[in-house]
Amino acid sequence: MKFSENWLRELVEIRADRAALAHALTMAGLEVEELTVLGEGLAGVVVAEIVATAKHPEADRLQVCKVEAGQGELLQIVCGAPNARVGIKVPLATVGASLPGGIAIKAAKLRGVESFGMLCSAKELGIDADASGLLELPLDAPVGQPLADYLCLPDASIELKLTPNRPDCLGLVGLAHDVAALFGSAVKVPAQTAAPVTGDAKRGIRLQAGKDAPRYLGRIVEGIDPAARTPLWLAERLRRSGLRPISAVVDVTNYVMLELGQPLHAFDNDTLQGDIVVRHARAGETLKLLDGSEAKLDEGFVLIADEHKALAVAGVMGGFDSRVTDTTRNIFLESAHFAPAAIMGRARKLGMHTDASHRFERGVDPELPRRALERATELLLAIAGGNAGPVLVAEHLADLPKPVAVMLRRARLKRVLGVDVADAEVARIFTALGMQVESRADGWQITAPSSRFDIEREEDLVEEVARIFGYDNIPTLTPAGALKLAIEPEARINELALREQLAARGYYEAVNLSFVAAELLTRWGFTDRLVPLANPLSADLAVMRPSLLPGLIEALRHNRARQQERVRLFEVARVFGAGDPPVESPSLAIVACGSVRAEQWGEASRPLDFHDLKGDLDALIAWGGEPQRWSVHADGLPAWLHPGRGARVARDGETVGYLGALHPQLAKALDLGADVHVLELALEPLLARRLPKAQPVPRFPAVRRDIAVDLPEEISWSQIEQTVRGSLGERLKELRLFDRYSGKGVESGRKSLAMGLILQDASRTLTDDDADRCVREAIVALEQSCKAKLRG
Amino acid sequence: MDDLDSRAAQALADIDKADTLDALDALRVGLLGKSGIVTAALKALGALAPDERKARGAEVNRVKDRLADALAARKQTLEQAELDHRLASEKLDISLPGRDGERGGIHPITRALERISAIFARLGYQRADGPEIEDDWHNFEALNFPPHHPARAMHDTFYFGDGRLLRTHTSPVQIRSMKGQQPPIRIIAPGKVYRSDSDQTHSPMFHQIEGLLVDETSSFADLKGTLAEFIRAFFERDFEMRFRPSYFPFTEPSAEVDIRWTEPDQSGSDGSTRWLEVLGCGMVHPNVLANCGIDPERYTGFAFGLGVERFAMLRYGVSDLRAFFENDLRFLKQFA
Repeated sequence: MKFSENWLRELVEIRADRAALAHALTMAGLEVEELTVLGEGLAGVVVAEIVATAKHPEADRLQVCKVEAGQGELLQIVCGAPNARVGIKVPLATVGASLPGGIAIKAAKLRGVESFGMLCSAKELGIDADASGLLELPLDAPVGQPLADYLCLPDASIELKLTPNRPDCLGLVGLAHDVAALFGSAVKVPAQTAAPVTGDAKRGIRLQAGKDAPRYLGRIVEGIDPAARTPLWLAERLRRSGLRPISAVVDVTNYVMLELGQPLHAFDNDTLQGDIVVRHARAGETLKLLDGSEAKLDEGFVLIADEHKALAVAGVMGGFDSRVTDTTRNIFLESAHFAPAAIMGRARKLGMHTDASHRFERGVDPELPRRALERATELLLAIAGGNAGPVLVAEHLADLPKPVAVMLRRARLKRVLGVDVADAEVARIFTALGMQVESRADGWQITAPSSRFDIEREEDLVEEVARIFGYDNIPTLTPAGALKLAIEPEARINELALREQLAARGYYEAVNLSFVAAELLTRWGFTDRLVPLANPLSADLAVMRPSLLPGLIEALRHNRARQQERVRLFEVARVFGAGDPPVESPSLAIVACGSVRAEQWGEASRPLDFHDLKGDLDALIAWGGEPQRWSVHADGLPAWLHPGRGARVARDGETVGYLGALHPQLAKALDLGADVHVLELALEPLLARRLPKAQPVPRFPAVRRDIAVDLPEEISWSQIEQTVRGSLGERLKELRLFDRYSGKGVESGRKSLAMGLILQDASRTLTDDDADRCVREAIVALEQSCKAKLRG
Repeated sequence: MDDLDSRAAQALADIDKADTLDALDALRVGLLGKSGIVTAALKALGALAPDERKARGAEVNRVKDRLADALAARKQTLEQAELDHRLASEKLDISLPGRDGERGGIHPITRALERISAIFARLGYQRADGPEIEDDWHNFEALNFPPHHPARAMHDTFYFGDGRLLRTHTSPVQIRSMKGQQPPIRIIAPGKVYRSDSDQTHSPMFHQIEGLLVDETSSFADLKGTLAEFIRAFFERDFEMRFRPSYFPFTEPSAEVDIRWTEPDQSGSDGSTRWLEVLGCGMVHPNVLANCGIDPERYTGFAFGLGVERFAMLRYGVSDLRAFFENDLRFLKQFA
């Protein structure tokens, strides 16, 4: 809602300067979003008339004008504006004036011709953006009058960011009531008038849209002057309220909408046939609108029609064919009440948002139509003449909102706000807001004016008191109240601690958008159970990510492209899968590339490999205290992993994630090398932690025996581990692999492993014989199950 | 006897002159070893008469002690010298970087989000959570947004084909929390939210934190105090604050909270100040309590919501919202 400050001041007494007014509005919940000062510093600028022009002898684009400015003699002014011509009235900055842009006006010679002042554009005066030529004033502008007086300047254009619950402030009169309550002053709103009825043209009105359109008023005005010009004061108010003047009829309807908040519409009466019919649209019905667009309607829309055709979409926009043109002499003025529920979402459905829909969907005072119609008639007759017919009324009183009395309890007010507001102040606030107040033993019974749609229940009244009393005047306390201590389960690792742990291992946390391009997912092979958005911002942000990795790899590529060779990133976020309801699973992903360590001096550099990342996994698993529940598997890998350098991770036998090198084809498609490794795991299993249960420390020492065996390449470490564990059972406390070798000295296709067996018995110290027997058992088992040969 | 004395004197001089531990050890063997002179002298005692043996024995033992003391003293001196020599050669360039000293870091959004959550945790607020893919009821209706209500237009919403949507705020967590328990309730709900809007100052995904307190005595004054304390704790300083009436369908009275922010200018000194909106809040609307099965006559509550990115930007001096989601290491490393 944008309006002229001077206009508001005309409607309500405001004992405060501009800054204080703006502050008061903001602090009352009517936030001032923008305030533009207009026409300051116009001292020395007067209304002038160009009485003669001549070409400048030295410059084609300049004219030498003789100007009457009421100073007793004609002034000679050199002017370059294209519209400078004899007979027009324009602003003249006289010698000594200083314009808002900082131009000081002096007597000067322009290309050898003397000039005593400057004729000005609107922009040069700081009252509009128009710099195309001189600001042409109406021909009846009094020559010599200071321009500021003539244009009612200075002024300010104030834009409010109104919340949807305050449609009453979408008209200046409503706003004036709120301001009056804030400043404890009175409104000076013009009383309702009744324009003289001098015509008898009528038209029937049939209401057929039930409670969606319970009141419709109309009036025919015949014989208006299509060439009538909007007076300057009215045009200026529209302009300062953000509307362009268009034509007398349209300007009048807009003016009344700004003043009272009631949207009006004017039809060319000669295009209407028979009665006005207010009805719901039929499915598939279409109408060409004022802006030239074709509206496709359904039964949810209310239409204004005549007996043969649709004329306008109620509360949204008028139709093209019945519009007022520059030849229209007879108009039909509409001033109606449409229920907010009937208009909500309608304009949006048509892809538009109009001043009318903005107001109707928030709610317009149902008592306004007659007042607005009379006000518009009054202005129209004054500006464009014509004969007004009688006011035509159709209404279903039963469907109109009725004033409701709402009780505000004193105790409730205090309880919600936490402060005592004096009874007299409460009564003052409601009265000033135009509400009826009846005192009761325990509070007040309040009836709001018909403009205050938002007052429906006690809390709405509490808010009104708080707003006008002032939020600043409510004390600042801290809550007492019962306190239940939040319990954090110890058997769950804190997510932040997990992130810190990854940071401590050299990873930086990334945050990617939750949606990715379908094409990227296809490239990775994610095609099942996707959750696409119905209205994505773009194709790049179209599908909820089923995995954190595609996005995280894109972040890795972003960094690679910016001289970051060694990248370590992780992300913790949800991944999504189709379902009812859709599945959201917290996930952890890691991506890494480049050398295993940051460049350093102490050790030989080598590229990161699978087991480096597996080390990260092991560290995370170890934290939970139950590594035996975890396992990795070489089978069942997704397509994006290298088939020989990837692993499936399981917990209690259930797959929870994957790690490994990217599949070379994918890496190539993404322009990445073999050093890129990734890991993604469901978060929850990682966060599970064993609550420790203490055991006695072993009383007898452990014994260590080292063995080296030679076995086929394809025998995995986990097979070996299982075999040794299986043969030794409880006696084996730990099995440590400390060397792995293949090459010279080992038969091709085989490898040599050296491992340490840590043996211990809970009941006695193991003898050398015991230990030797264990070693023999282990070797026999390895020979039988793993084709192992003991190395010498 | 004189012979032993003179040989001992000679030995003491030799000990003093020994300049390696090996030489010293050779001397020790020659004096106190199996065939050393002192040992020989002790062996010779057996041949003496008992009365003579006692006097002679005492004398030999005295010599033996003197020699042993001298050997030990010299050994310590030589060992010290050797240690000094070795230490003088064992010198590192301690200024070389240590091994494996690098570390990563958590994201500034996480950092701000966790800081905020921790402040409320100290006030007894328990962390709560809800789905990011929400239904219309939890995201809008239960929060008192009727269908097509203009307040919905302020939430540019992403939808799915089945009518579900990406939550536009963390407020639906209020509903889920209140449906699951009776007051007293204190929850803090951080998380990702989505609006279909993308430009320099809007990201289609961002992070919010929702707070909710419901009990028998909470008031707007308590809300003011809680948020004032929070702002002070987060920024570690006092701010001029103002609560401005506003409108959210799920709270009434509602407020937006501004702080008087001082813009650091180019030179680093304080620049101009302005009001900066940092929070939305209000008393929980009775309809919302009733929607969740809580008696609005018995209980009142307040709720607040804030944008984590805004707080991270203010706290860490980030000027471009988009930097948070580019994941450029040169940016991320600044928060390690």
